[in-house]
Amino acid sequence: MSTTTRLRLRRLPLNAAAVVTVVVCLFPVYWMVVTAFTPSRDIQSDNPRLLPESWTLDHFRTAVGADGFGLFWRNSILVTLSAVALALVIALGAAYAVARMRWRGRRQFVLMVFIAQMAPWESLIIPVYIISRDTDMLDRLPTLTLVYFMMTLPFTLIVLRGFIDTIPPELEESAQVDGCTRLGAFRHIAFPLLAPGLMATSLFGYITAWNEFTYANFLIIKQQDNRTLPVWLSSFQNVFGTDWGATMAASTLFAAPALVVFLVLQRHVTSGFAAGAVKG
Amino acid sequence: MSAVREQTAPHPPPSTPRPRRTTGPGRRGPSQDGGRGIWPYVLIAPAVLGTLYLLVYPLVRAVVISLQDFGLRQLILGDARFVGLKNYETLLGDSRFWEVVRRTFLFMAVNVVLIMVLSTLVALMIERLGRFGRIAVLSALVLTWAMPVIAATTVFQWLFHSEFGIVNAVLTDLGFESFDRYPWFAHGPAAFAILVALIVWQSVPFAAITLYSALTTVPTELYESARLDGASGPRIFRSITFPIVRPIFMLVLSLEVIWTFKAFVQIWVMTNGGPGDATTILPVYAVQTALSSQRYDLGSAASMVTVVLMSGVLVLYFRQMFRQEDELS
Repeated sequence: MSTTTRLRLRRLPLNAAAVVTVVVCLFPVYWMVVTAFTPSRDIQSDNPRLLPESWTLDHFRTAVGADGFGLFWRNSILVTLSAVALALVIALGAAYAVARMRWRGRRQFVLMVFIAQMAPWESLIIPVYIISRDTDMLDRLPTLTLVYFMMTLPFTLIVLRGFIDTIPPELEESAQVDGCTRLGAFRHIAFPLLAPGLMATSLFGYITAWNEFTYANFLIIKQQDNRTLPVWLSSFQNVFGTDWGATMAASTLFAAPALVVFLVLQRHVTSGFAAGAVKG
Repeated sequence: MSAVREQTAPHPPPSTPRPRRTTGPGRRGPSQDGGRGIWPYVLIAPAVLGTLYLLVYPLVRAVVISLQDFGLRQLILGDARFVGLKNYETLLGDSRFWEVVRRTFLFMAVNVVLIMVLSTLVALMIERLGRFGRIAVLSALVLTWAMPVIAATTVFQWLFHSEFGIVNAVLTDLGFESFDRYPWFAHGPAAFAILVALIVWQSVPFAAITLYSALTTVPTELYESARLDGASGPRIFRSITFPIVRPIFMLVLSLEVIWTFKAFVQIWVMTNGGPGDATTILPVYAVQTALSSQRYDLGSAASMVTVVLMSGVLVLYFRQMFRQEDELS
């Protein structure tokens, strides 16, 4: 036996484990997409096939044609974008104050942000429900925007502050010496360098808000027109009876933006997430 | 990581007016108004106000409600009165509640052990793989990670569908005839197992990728010298690899404990806590009690118990974090 064959044999268990990992990870995603393209009669069979015999777009038509589909997309996009934008603007200012200025209470503020990051959101649904009801904010999209903004704010602040820390203040200082205002120096010098940080954090906010279910489910009750996609998707089986093809088509459409964005920005995502999540 | 380290930088005595230190620690920047006075406070004000109204206030309200007699009538009329710790007494005297607490810890323990073992193995595996295999596994992990919770939950319902689910079909084909049309969600332990599978499947990517990036920081010279000394694989892991990645490992561990303790969406959407009570854990119990039975007071009390139990983990988490910062500085 040559050395290369022996080496290859030695690596066999390792590579087999890698294949198993990839299959286990991807199979549910694969099965979702494949079911979405499989004709109903093949779905309702006692012997499901790994590769469908024929393909169809019917389920996607059913899903897109379902009541309120466009409306719920609009709601989700609206809530997500405004929450992310709000969190970015407010976190950027605060992160700048923490990273570049010295002031009393800064340490306490940083600690507060770290603690807020671990907020028990699942346990706050009851008071938030009651407060929204008392302030006439139940069933309204801005309520969701505010909650999602608060969910993502601490993380956004921590990561942005980390990114600002990596930009040498001397760059801004020399711009100020050259006659820029402090704000101008920040905008022209630091802001472009912050782009990757802004991207990583807005991505995190986007994923959080896009996927959030609990608050969307319990704060939007009477105004069904104000529901968001995750809630709509969870009620899908009621809407379509047992139409699993349409359910999987809708799931595919809902998951697609997240999957695509993650794949495209993979490198930023993994490093940004790991850094941010591990930091707190 | 500099959050705490910076604090060791010398602070001017609090009473004296701020001198010209307008920029980062130890750096002397041009004297500007922006660095002192009210500007930093203006910049953090929206974040502070937002936190006070959207986070602190609801938390205080939750505590208050848990001390009141607060049902549907009080929600409508707003005449809730304080009853002291009565709700906590009701709750702690209820055997069903203790059953839920026990199940919550069981659920958490099973999930966290599986997540940590599997993700450590996957991380070690990625490190040993060739370039192609590494990219393939990492991409698969990232894709799984990106799968939205609701979509994943729906897909798992479909995978384990009693009549047309692929899992039952495969198991039947493999000769396990008893799985023909096996109704997974009608049996408590089976539904519990599916939820564990779902949560482990969703959690391993983050843990594995984070642990893998920690592994890449271990200097290769250490491995080489250990191998020259004749150390075995497990021995190397125990004496070299693990001590170095331990801080990150502990962080991931605490995060996973917190996250699985809070698992709500998957359970609510997939089983609603059923069949019976078989998959009801604390967050599900709190929402059921509050929003379905309209006992907002008991639900809030259950939420507060959850928060207290989780704070234990939180303390560990912060201690670990601060210790890590100390080690780095």
